[in-house]
Amino acid sequence: MFSIGVLGVLIRRNAIVVFMSIEIMLNAVNISLIAFDRYMNQHDGQIFSFMVIAVAAAEVSVGLAIVIAVFRNKPTVNLDEFNLMKW
Amino acid sequence: MELLIFYPLAIACVVLSMLVVFNSSPIASAMSLIGMMLCLAGVFVVLQAHFLAALQVIIYAGAIMVLFMFVIMLLNLSDDDKQWVARERNLFLSVSAGALILGVLYKFIDITSGTEFNSPAEVPDTFGTVRQVGTTLFTDFVLPFEVASILLLVAMIGAVVLAKSKVD
Repeated sequence: MFSIGVLGVLIRRNAIVVFMSIEIMLNAVNISLIAFDRYMNQHDGQIFSFMVIAVAAAEVSVGLAIVIAVFRNKPTVNLDEFNLMKW
Repeated sequence: MELLIFYPLAIACVVLSMLVVFNSSPIASAMSLIGMMLCLAGVFVVLQAHFLAALQVIIYAGAIMVLFMFVIMLLNLSDDDKQWVARERNLFLSVSAGALILGVLYKFIDITSGTEFNSPAEVPDTFGTVRQVGTTLFTDFVLPFEVASILLLVAMIGAVVLAKSKVD
């Protein structure tokens, strides 16, 4: 699932779909953490995955706020057209 | 018996994540992502991590994806036209990332097909319950917990400031 997320980030040009592919990657990491925890009878991975969910919530809110702010100036979400900072 | 539940859920996760990436409409991608998170919560339950399954449904599928839907509907995005041509000037990056992923996958399969998976460790009945996770969270991991709360506060302030309109 992680490689599917990376594929999505690299291929798509819509900024929102790129964010969703980042969420796929985070979910893949979560399932890997919990699976290893189950096999080794530990609790640390579950706590870490709890933190990963919290961090994902924070970055999704800030990232979408950035997309909205950029959308105000230039009404597109096409990543190829976000070139205001190019030299 | 658990495998009977696990395999359809896992296949559904992979299929739905492929649908997220290869779909032309952003709303359909968001719905597939919600479905994928719910299937993943089912996989968590099979792995006896009940608290995290509930957290996944409430926070991830319930709040984060709703935020995504709000933004998609606010920006009123239409369907994308066909566009998975590799972006110009990114061909080298895409090919090298693909080669890297294939290499990692090959190595992983190489390693895991050599070792024997022992039967999973005996976990007590209270493995993934709220009480156990809460105890561990508040005794061993208090500092990351507090830091995470500060992080969420900062992110909230940042999101409000960034998305404010210019009327003052």
